[in-house]
Amino acid sequence: MWTDLQQPATGSYRQLVWRRFRANRRGVIGLAAIVLLLGVAFFAPLIAADQPIVCRYEGKLYFPAIVKTVREIPFAGWVIPGGSPFGKAGFDAKAELSDDAFAVWPLVPYGPLEITEDALEPPSRQHWLGTDGSGRDLTARMVHGAVVSVKVGFISMGIAALIGMTVGAVAGYLGGWTDAVLSRLIEVVVCFPSFFLILAVMVWLEPSIVNVMVVIGLTRWTGIARFTRGEFMRLKRLDFAVAARALGAGSVRIMVRHLLPNALAPVLVTVTFGIAHAILLEAGLSWLGFGVQPPDPSWGNVLRSAYTNLRVAPHMVYPPCVAIFLAVLVYNLVGDALRDAVDPRMFGRRR
Amino acid sequence: MIRTIVRRLLVGFATLFCVYAFTFLMVIVIPGNPFASADRNMPPEVVRALEARYDMDDNGAYFVQFLAGATHLDFGPSFQYKDWTCSQIIAQSLPVSLTLGLLAMLIAVLVGVPVGVYSAVWRDGWFDLSALGFVLIGISLPTFVTGTMLLTVFAVHLKTVPIGGWGTVMHLPLPALALSLPFMAYIARLTRVGMLDALGSDFVRTAVAKGLPKRVVIFKHVFKVAFLPVLSYLGPAAAQAMTGSFVVEKVFSVPGIGQHFVDSALNLDRGLIMSTVLVYAAIVIVFNIAVDTLYSFVDPRIQGSAR
Repeated sequence: MWTDLQQPATGSYRQLVWRRFRANRRGVIGLAAIVLLLGVAFFAPLIAADQPIVCRYEGKLYFPAIVKTVREIPFAGWVIPGGSPFGKAGFDAKAELSDDAFAVWPLVPYGPLEITEDALEPPSRQHWLGTDGSGRDLTARMVHGAVVSVKVGFISMGIAALIGMTVGAVAGYLGGWTDAVLSRLIEVVVCFPSFFLILAVMVWLEPSIVNVMVVIGLTRWTGIARFTRGEFMRLKRLDFAVAARALGAGSVRIMVRHLLPNALAPVLVTVTFGIAHAILLEAGLSWLGFGVQPPDPSWGNVLRSAYTNLRVAPHMVYPPCVAIFLAVLVYNLVGDALRDAVDPRMFGRRR
Repeated sequence: MIRTIVRRLLVGFATLFCVYAFTFLMVIVIPGNPFASADRNMPPEVVRALEARYDMDDNGAYFVQFLAGATHLDFGPSFQYKDWTCSQIIAQSLPVSLTLGLLAMLIAVLVGVPVGVYSAVWRDGWFDLSALGFVLIGISLPTFVTGTMLLTVFAVHLKTVPIGGWGTVMHLPLPALALSLPFMAYIARLTRVGMLDALGSDFVRTAVAKGLPKRVVIFKHVFKVAFLPVLSYLGPAAAQAMTGSFVVEKVFSVPGIGQHFVDSALNLDRGLIMSTVLVYAAIVIVFNIAVDTLYSFVDPRIQGSAR
């Protein structure tokens, strides 16, 4: 904690946490990697697509890959005027564009679902990571699989954080029998082996990415609830909370405006670890066939198809394994750094 | 001592009953008909007759009947495997899973404990740091990833072992290793932390001051204390290794009980779902009791509090 000694500890709690976090090299590297991963996921249609970024077609200029990227953003699709031939289903840009036409192709000029003639090819200059059993480019599938893992990680943990923080805040702030009931509820949910529960629910529901996110969110909120509860129990006795109460602020206002901002940082730690866990759960479910359904790509089902083709095409195994490992690793690095930054004493000694 | 064990066994039976009741509830709540998945369209009266044959029309009677059968290990017929009873299926697949799980725990302890001891003794050395990396990999990678990697390297590239299946000795090492990795990593970490804690305590300083050789201090004094948390972790871990191996079993196509668990849930095979869950729960309970009992033998301090 040399930063505390050199610089006067001015500024808000959040600034203090950020300063401590920045002093941790591994955490910063992890954060940079997460930003990179988010970038890859967000710009996936620009990095790997079967349509060019810019091209001239029948005398007019088109931006098919950029249009696709914008369409992925919720509620932003209306900006794009319709009527482009590239947006039509079944439009094969590669066949339509002549070789000498002006076109800038993405880094990986294959879509994640695009079927080529070479199946189970080892890595080559054309296909950097090779192709899968249906002749789909593995690089493109890995890039678009990142979208799934980012979505699952953030949305499922968003659901979990919402439930967990609400339950934890109410239990911690109100105390008494409300706390007793909610704490028992948390204990019951903790006791269920979550993977089995998720499996059972997935058997019941249709296997799809939305259901995976919802089920993970509904089962993984307990850790967040426990931390929020503890923080609220501590914070509500502090002077600023008592002062707010004395000034006549209502319970909801105190909880949301005064206590929640202070409880956010420790909760963020559990959420970060939770994202890593959610990515693993999604990969596992997709591997078993309960998650993202082929042909849509996810790291889990790419590994599954690698597993089925193990004898003929072992090259397919490594990319998804490395991707899953790195994704989990960077979230864990950031989680560790954040934990140390939030309060070195609060989470006990590092093991 | 015996009274405690008996009491814990009784509590165990009560827990088993709760597990049974809960599973039963889940099974009857899940919609869908196991006979509807058959290839042909059956007339409704046939379905009704089948349901009556398997007591599916009266949940209360089924609840009592299954429980009565379960007391002498008769779990009734399986829907999915026509000529098999659930007991036969379990009798055939459980030993496979037990072998795999025990072997995995053996590997985990035999590798994890020395790694933990060594990295604690040479703290922050190169071995400690690389062990830390290994622990991170072992804990953060799921078994279907490590299993597939192992399979690719050893079965496909090096061709030292068969690619999957069960029956010969050569089928054992890969699934056992894949299953043991997370436990190995956790045991290494537990041992390291325990050793570091113990190394800093007063009795170690006394022992060193007495002039005892380092080897004796580490193995006779420090290790004894450091191994206790590992021991208490072994119970749940062994149960988990034997019951939670269905992903490993799927990767290496091992005919263990895990596959039946997943398949029975998919096929709504009531009897098999409930019997596998019961067997799992029983294993977990038995191992917890065994380790707690063992624990109070090893550490006489907690004999009084080990209830």
